[in-house]
Amino acid sequence: MRCADSGLLVELDSLREVQGLHGALADDPPAGVADLVPAARTLLLQLEPGADPAAVERAVRDVSAGSAQPRDGGLLRVPVVYDGEDLAAVAELTGLTEREVVDAHTSAQWTVAFGGFAPGFGYLTGDAPQLTVPRRAESRTRVPAGAVGLAGEFSGIYPRESPGGWQLIGRTDLEIWRLDRDPPALLRPGVRVRFEEAR
Amino acid sequence: MIEVERTGPLTTVQDLGRPGHGGIGVSPSGAADRGSLQLANRLVGNDPGAAALEVTFGGLRVRAHRDCTLAITGAPCPIDVDGRAEPVNAVLRVRAGERVELGTPPSGLRSYLAVRGGIAVEPVLGSRSTDVLSGLGPEQVGAGTRLPVGPPPRRFPQVDLAPVAAEPAGDLVLPVVLGPRADWFAEAAISALLGEPFEVSADSNRVGMRLDGPELPRVRTEELPSEGMVLGSLQVPPSGRPTLFLADHPVTGGYPVIAVVCASDVDRAAQARPGRRIRFRAVGPRGAAGARESAASSREDRA
Repeated sequence: MRCADSGLLVELDSLREVQGLHGALADDPPAGVADLVPAARTLLLQLEPGADPAAVERAVRDVSAGSAQPRDGGLLRVPVVYDGEDLAAVAELTGLTEREVVDAHTSAQWTVAFGGFAPGFGYLTGDAPQLTVPRRAESRTRVPAGAVGLAGEFSGIYPRESPGGWQLIGRTDLEIWRLDRDPPALLRPGVRVRFEEAR
Repeated sequence: MIEVERTGPLTTVQDLGRPGHGGIGVSPSGAADRGSLQLANRLVGNDPGAAALEVTFGGLRVRAHRDCTLAITGAPCPIDVDGRAEPVNAVLRVRAGERVELGTPPSGLRSYLAVRGGIAVEPVLGSRSTDVLSGLGPEQVGAGTRLPVGPPPRRFPQVDLAPVAAEPAGDLVLPVVLGPRADWFAEAAISALLGEPFEVSADSNRVGMRLDGPELPRVRTEELPSEGMVLGSLQVPPSGRPTLFLADHPVTGGYPVIAVVCASDVDRAAQARPGRRIRFRAVGPRGAAGARESAASSREDRA
């Protein structure tokens, strides 16, 4: 789908296909592509001024998303103290005990699917369908940096203090967003994450 | 160094932004009217993407700590240099100690003040732009802000002034390409978008311009999974009032985009002040490319 002459939005059937296409294009994007923005069901190709959208479209069609492998951005271990304000609520919503919520969160293999919401924020998907919970009915006006939360099929870590509506289950001291570091974000699409319980 | 003594509603440092970080949630940001920023820089001999001041609705007063060369482009504000009236789109020589004051522009919204050497604040992720949405880049400029100026470039100013065509009075006509989510809207929404005027509301900033006008009813009412957004997107939230995304727009959004303003026309949109009437005219994808080419050549002409 065209976004005038500024972008090309590719719609795919699943998050896995998005990750596959992103993996295939990320290291060697077609000429004229300024940036790639993966999301839940789409991959946006931001175009450079003067790029030919039709040529970029042809290049993308030549990539078979189904066979492409998601990008492996390496493994990040995140120590978490599981004392979040919503841990009890998450246990109730999922029918698990608080202990089981923590065990499910630490044993799942999470991967950064895409960013958005705020600089450094990553939407993590994992093999933990039992942890699927709705957002809080009311957003908090202040969520501290390092808060670890759940919403929908995703887990996430707040990079800075900000408003937020995710169910908070814990916190980490790991600074996932630091501007004086290159790259500033630890959670980039393709990075695998393992949460570890800290006390 | 130049010292800020007073600002109007909003003054920020801007260059051409920090593209390429969408994957980690960082917007491109940069000057809202990129063409005017580039023109100001060319006038003083800078690289076209050097950092300058983006002055929203005039009101800025600065004092030069040493002799410097300036140019002011974009919204044509009255310019006063220690009692002398000076023109926009021209090379201005300012002596140490002199004050430069920008009045309220009679038309347009954003003026650009470039200084030879560029504003040399510390870059963040490769850019000196202030992103008002994510809080990246330098603090917004206020009274007392001291702005370092970089070393003069090798090039010298080539011309004394640049002729710039004034935006015609009356409704601002912006070419758009329908989509990527035009099929989420009723036929009546498409005809309203292309047939009726919209008005820029006061609820507008560098992130986007909220537009008042006819409602744009949807035929698909399910939730849209968040997806990447480009500059110039017309995103329609449940209220039915579209937002036209400008430089500091969010990287992703969860409401459908009915149409996108052609890249070369977003600069003109960014000069529309609250109360200005806008009409959208549909062009095909091919037309978008053509419009871009003609704008690129006219920009060459004036530089």
